[in-house]
Amino acid sequence: MQPLRDVAVVAFAHTGHLRTADELSEVEMLMPVLHEVLDRTGLKTADIDFTCSGSCDYLAGRAFSFTLALDGVGAWPPISESHVEMDGAWALYEAWTKILTGDADTALVYSYGKSSPGSVRDVLTRQLDPYYVAPLWPDSVALAALQAQALIDTGATDEPALAAVAARSRNSETNTAAQQDYVVRPLRTGDCPPVGDGAAAVVLAAGDRARDLCARPAWIRGIDHRIEAHGLGVRDLTDSPSARLAAEKAGAFERPVDTAELHAPFSSQEVVLRKALRLDDDVRINPSGGALAANPVMAAGLIRIGEAAARIHRGESDRALAHATSGPCLQQNLVAVLEGDPR
Amino acid sequence: MSKEPVAVVGIGQTKHVAARRDVSIAGLVREAARRALDDAELDWADIDAVVIGKAPDFFEGVMMPELYLADALGAVGKPMLRVHTAGSVGGSTALVAANLVAARVHGTVLTLAFEKQSESNAMWGLSLPIPFQQPLLAGAGGFFAPHVRAYMRRSGAPDTVGSLVAYKNRRNALKNPYAHLHEHDITLEKVQASPMLWDPIRYSETCPSSDGACAMVLTDRAGAARSPRPPAWMHGGAMRSEPTLFAGKDAVSPQAGKDCAADVYRQAGIADPRREIDAVEMYVPFSWYEPMWLENLGFADEGEGWKLTESGVTELDGDLPVDMSGGVLSTNPIGASGMIRFAEAALQVRGQAGEHQVEGARRVLGHAYGGGSQFFAMWLVGSEPPAS
Repeated sequence: MQPLRDVAVVAFAHTGHLRTADELSEVEMLMPVLHEVLDRTGLKTADIDFTCSGSCDYLAGRAFSFTLALDGVGAWPPISESHVEMDGAWALYEAWTKILTGDADTALVYSYGKSSPGSVRDVLTRQLDPYYVAPLWPDSVALAALQAQALIDTGATDEPALAAVAARSRNSETNTAAQQDYVVRPLRTGDCPPVGDGAAAVVLAAGDRARDLCARPAWIRGIDHRIEAHGLGVRDLTDSPSARLAAEKAGAFERPVDTAELHAPFSSQEVVLRKALRLDDDVRINPSGGALAANPVMAAGLIRIGEAAARIHRGESDRALAHATSGPCLQQNLVAVLEGDPR
Repeated sequence: MSKEPVAVVGIGQTKHVAARRDVSIAGLVREAARRALDDAELDWADIDAVVIGKAPDFFEGVMMPELYLADALGAVGKPMLRVHTAGSVGGSTALVAANLVAARVHGTVLTLAFEKQSESNAMWGLSLPIPFQQPLLAGAGGFFAPHVRAYMRRSGAPDTVGSLVAYKNRRNALKNPYAHLHEHDITLEKVQASPMLWDPIRYSETCPSSDGACAMVLTDRAGAARSPRPPAWMHGGAMRSEPTLFAGKDAVSPQAGKDCAADVYRQAGIADPRREIDAVEMYVPFSWYEPMWLENLGFADEGEGWKLTESGVTELDGDLPVDMSGGVLSTNPIGASGMIRFAEAALQVRGQAGEHQVEGARRVLGHAYGGGSQFFAMWLVGSEPPAS
């Protein structure tokens, strides 16, 4: 379905990969990113019609952690604002719908997460069914390893192929990746995301406003997200029907893309997504390095959209797919299709 | 290009209680969702997307519980969004869902908010110690009591006004089968004799801690035309936020609340809210917030709100009934409380509020706030479709 209005990503900024941001509060980590993304467009806080963010209290270790981030935004005079307890990619989705209604022409979207203070593998177990699964504390790497082994068992991939994904994402040698220690069999260190902190922000704008703010806006031709059942036992972990359906609804299959930014925190999940999203070998996958190079939880999905948009801004892509995921073993997936004007 | 009008065609609530030990979190939300679908005479397959909201995840001890709730809410294969904007979240969640319809992204959306506070302890969930940050101490009452005291000093309101609100709302709750507190032997003297918790707020002037869920089915014009019961139409909706603490903040009557109401009235074409709005479901977790919000929302001049309360204007049979359902003072599953206000406003204009129905209610305001009086979400619903 054709959206009511043309909406584009007109600016993107993010922190460099930070192993730990011990010295910085969430607000201090976020502030420079917000300034940078606004500077790119010349907009001030007061020029933004709608603000939406994504973050998670369980990473921050405190309730209402997002309220402090408002200090970084400078929400005075009061602003029209909302927050999702999800990756920032879904905050972008909410902002996109707000612009479609005509109530806003510009939107600031940001997200942030500090995984370093706790053990993120353990923290993520708190996402699982609280009565039957969470009490067993199955950690995120163990669940991804189940998925990877299921994938290997079907013959869809093998350990050397996973090592090649890991090596490409980190600009390293496949041989080196293939010899690293196992974290949880069959996943080696290189198959797993680094733990780190980070923040990201994008500015969205509609129609002519987007053209005023950006030489080559990254138009959102379609965006959709879908969720699967929570119980791992009722899912086929070697496939991602929700990613495929989201891509179909976003129009990804209407014409080939030249670039895809996939939010695949584990090398094996890239294999699942490539198949579900029908990405052949001609498509540049994760030129940014993807989540295997930097995985600030809650921001990593928004960063995929931002990286894809930035390549369109720079003229390095004409049609790109950006993907974000949430939940164990790719339970929930979002797909956006971005395009630049013809050159 | 114009927005699609949004209609409420289904509403469902659980019977709110201190502890629903008979159901899981999934069972609780499904009960409210099923009732909303039944009210709309729809089934899971008729729903295009699910938008869910709740307050901090520490209240149940489940991180991003929407992932686990996807199955229970029939969301598998559909879009599912999770909103969290502090205490205003129930209202914000409904507004995010309404935008999906208004933007013509989806035709029919299920929106739901819940809290199952018996799974954990809300007061301590709000009070986790964070290095180098000012603690909230024990719960929300301590934060809000000084603002109430500031209002009393500023307005010269007599000490008894808070107890009048509590007495009214607890009596209204007796007419609402879903309300948590049903204090059949309530008297004004009992309210006034209850222990002082956070001076000037007495025990009977505070909200309970509840398990509960509230769901609504929102749809477009075509969906409303198929509705078996009268729909409620959204005439305006808005959110506003401001920082928690800053020099010059008016904690008694925050600017974000005034701006949010003004935006809603502009959308709905309301020039004089006192005359043009028939009733209000207002977020009043501590009794004194009724007169405070009456002023903030433009129903009374500054310093005059308590006079409306004192003269009985806000009683169920008054000229401007407030919290006909018994309000947050009688039912507080925190994350759901905002959506209950929005849903109760819709029930009124649909003429389906039962014993607490305001006769002839045509335009009713639903109001929610959260954080340190800094997040606001409101909608105005009407019995007729919006003019434009």
